[in-house]
Amino acid sequence: MDFFDRFAVPHPSFLIYASMVAIGLTVIAVLVGITYFKKWDYLWREWLTTVDHKRIGIMYLISALLMLFRGGVDAIMLRAQLAIPDNKLLESQHYNEVFSTHGVVMILFMAMPFIMFFFNFVVPLQIGARDVAFPRLNAISFWLFFMGAMLFNISFVIGGSPDAGWTSYFPLAGNDFSTSVGSNYYMIAIQIAGIGTLMTGINFITTIFKMRAPGMKLMQMPMFTWSALISNLIIVFAFPVLTVLLAMGTMDRLFDTKFFAIGDGGSDMLWANLFWVWGHPEVYILILPAFGLFSEIISTFARRNLYGYKSMVASMVVISAFSFFVWAHHFFTMGQGALANSFFSITTMAIAVPTGVKIFNWLFTLWKGKIEFTTPMLYAMHFLPLFTLGGVTGVMLAMSAADYQYHNTMFLVAHFHNVIIPGVVYAMLGGLTYYWPKMFGFMLNERIGKWTVWLMSIGFVLAFIPMYITGLDGQARRMYTYSEATGFGPLNMVAFIGAGIMAISFALLVYNIYYSVRYSPRNIGNDPWNARTLEWATHTPVPEYNFAVMPQVKSTEAFWDAKKNGHEIFKGKIEKIHMPNSSGLPFIMSCIFFVFGFSMIFSIWPLAIISLLGILGCLVYRSFEKDHGHYIPVEEIEETETKLRGAK
Amino acid sequence: MKELFPIKQVMGFAFSLILTAVALLVYFLDMSFTAGITILLVTAFIQAGLQLVVFMHAGETEDKGAIYSNVYFGILVALVTIFGTLLIFVWDM
Repeated sequence: MDFFDRFAVPHPSFLIYASMVAIGLTVIAVLVGITYFKKWDYLWREWLTTVDHKRIGIMYLISALLMLFRGGVDAIMLRAQLAIPDNKLLESQHYNEVFSTHGVVMILFMAMPFIMFFFNFVVPLQIGARDVAFPRLNAISFWLFFMGAMLFNISFVIGGSPDAGWTSYFPLAGNDFSTSVGSNYYMIAIQIAGIGTLMTGINFITTIFKMRAPGMKLMQMPMFTWSALISNLIIVFAFPVLTVLLAMGTMDRLFDTKFFAIGDGGSDMLWANLFWVWGHPEVYILILPAFGLFSEIISTFARRNLYGYKSMVASMVVISAFSFFVWAHHFFTMGQGALANSFFSITTMAIAVPTGVKIFNWLFTLWKGKIEFTTPMLYAMHFLPLFTLGGVTGVMLAMSAADYQYHNTMFLVAHFHNVIIPGVVYAMLGGLTYYWPKMFGFMLNERIGKWTVWLMSIGFVLAFIPMYITGLDGQARRMYTYSEATGFGPLNMVAFIGAGIMAISFALLVYNIYYSVRYSPRNIGNDPWNARTLEWATHTPVPEYNFAVMPQVKSTEAFWDAKKNGHEIFKGKIEKIHMPNSSGLPFIMSCIFFVFGFSMIFSIWPLAIISLLGILGCLVYRSFEKDHGHYIPVEEIEETETKLRGAK
Repeated sequence: MKELFPIKQVMGFAFSLILTAVALLVYFLDMSFTAGITILLVTAFIQAGLQLVVFMHAGETEDKGAIYSNVYFGILVALVTIFGTLLIFVWDM
């Protein structure tokens, strides 16, 4: 029995046992459902083995929405615990685990796959390509991310969740203070997902540099593609740091090395340092694609070309460089002197300048535009003021001297939610509404959509503005309870109500999907928003090969100019199209990665060695595999084109 | 036949052998730690640059601009990270 003891949850409670049962039942229900409806073959053929960027994108989207739900449940639990003073809903250990997983899930397993969804679905269509540069690698990226996310998510029912915060600072995350396997989950699950992300970065840089439609110069790319390029560039330079950091952390925890030990030549502060060398660029990896999406949405619904295209690009390039110069502002109080703090203070404040340029460019795009308040546009309009508020409090936090007052308080928590929710989450949901018709051939209901936006914003303001106040009054973050005498009670209750309203807003989004699947009209054409860029020039639903004839581009807004100024983008006749073959290898290899990760976490060495050999076997097989892809013949393309044209 | 002879690569190979030999001197000669590390660092970076340009053909295609800007950006990020960390942990701790 000793062997199985390690899988027990260290601090069990009713909630965790209930989750175990729920997870077990859901898995059984899914397996039985697939078998009953005889969908195994379909699932394997069309989804698990696919290398099509659109399908991989949609799988990213489904994962992201599931993780949004999971992270959201964590958030509600946190706010419920803090809603009244001396609450006994969660005990301290459970609270630690919940806030740690909330952070990791929301950043790495919700926001990251959400932007990957947009990269995958939108970028190849926007630049007029037929797929990404390395389609098989793209599938590996997705499945590695997926397996990493699943590994992380089983932690709370098998062996215990990480409990040292999403930053997992040493020495707290070391073996002395975190005795459960929770922090092993953190090190290894994020490592597996991170390798996938790094591959995505390389893949999309290559795609954007090498596979643009004939005639599309770099300075003619749509703004979202630009933001994707810059964001992937940051991924390629920031994620190796995370890889090394997690490898060192894993060795400290499993093999008793001393990288982050307090004695023996190690330095626990080095973890904080390297974590933020990755962690700060990471927030720009998330926010730049969000800016790109808002640029597309604002320009489409203001019915104007984007104001200041060149300054938009320049500001993103500056941000990409500056994102690497500011990391120490996350630990101003760690003990370094005034000189170091002043340096990082100034670079941090400087980054507000290019961000401000972008805000003004969006405002000038709106100026004298014929603004149309659709749901995506409403998200953008709520984003502008709310995000600016978060930006301003960011500059407050950037002042290192004043930071001694703010650090580790709810003020900080309010600030980063204030930039991430209106910045990233609004962009993701707005972009989702915007691209939904291109993916599925019908639009989400506008009326329910606008309710969702308004409820989200009302909930957001109620949930996070009170935290600024309690934070300035001294409420520390990550404290599981507080006494009534502190006076934090009423404002925390308001925050809980706000969180509840945001949950209702999410439920409304889910209901909107259900409602629109049933009742939304299907005859919407290829370009329901009257948009400006190439992704709207092809059919809905997008055929496997994206474009029957490669588009020829002469301007920044190729499709708009084709509609209004008579540019011809589809010249030439249909030829046979070369497409990559599907492959089960990415899925199989990632499953082995999952087993490898699991056995590493629980130090089951024989299984770890066997699965590592399995991974190597997959790599060797791939090296000797002959796979030249396949051609789609002209007749088949013409047939598809006729059918899609008829369906309009 | 002259244009078929890869003179650049042969020269590069000879040069990288010389760099390796110089680096080996650190082991065989009795020199101070500072001198040894300096020689190792300098030869290592020249070696890396040589491999990139001569044997991985960094500058020989139309992607030259993209490749070199990526390399320069990587060097910038690495230097800022190293010197920033030194500033935090050594020079101003």
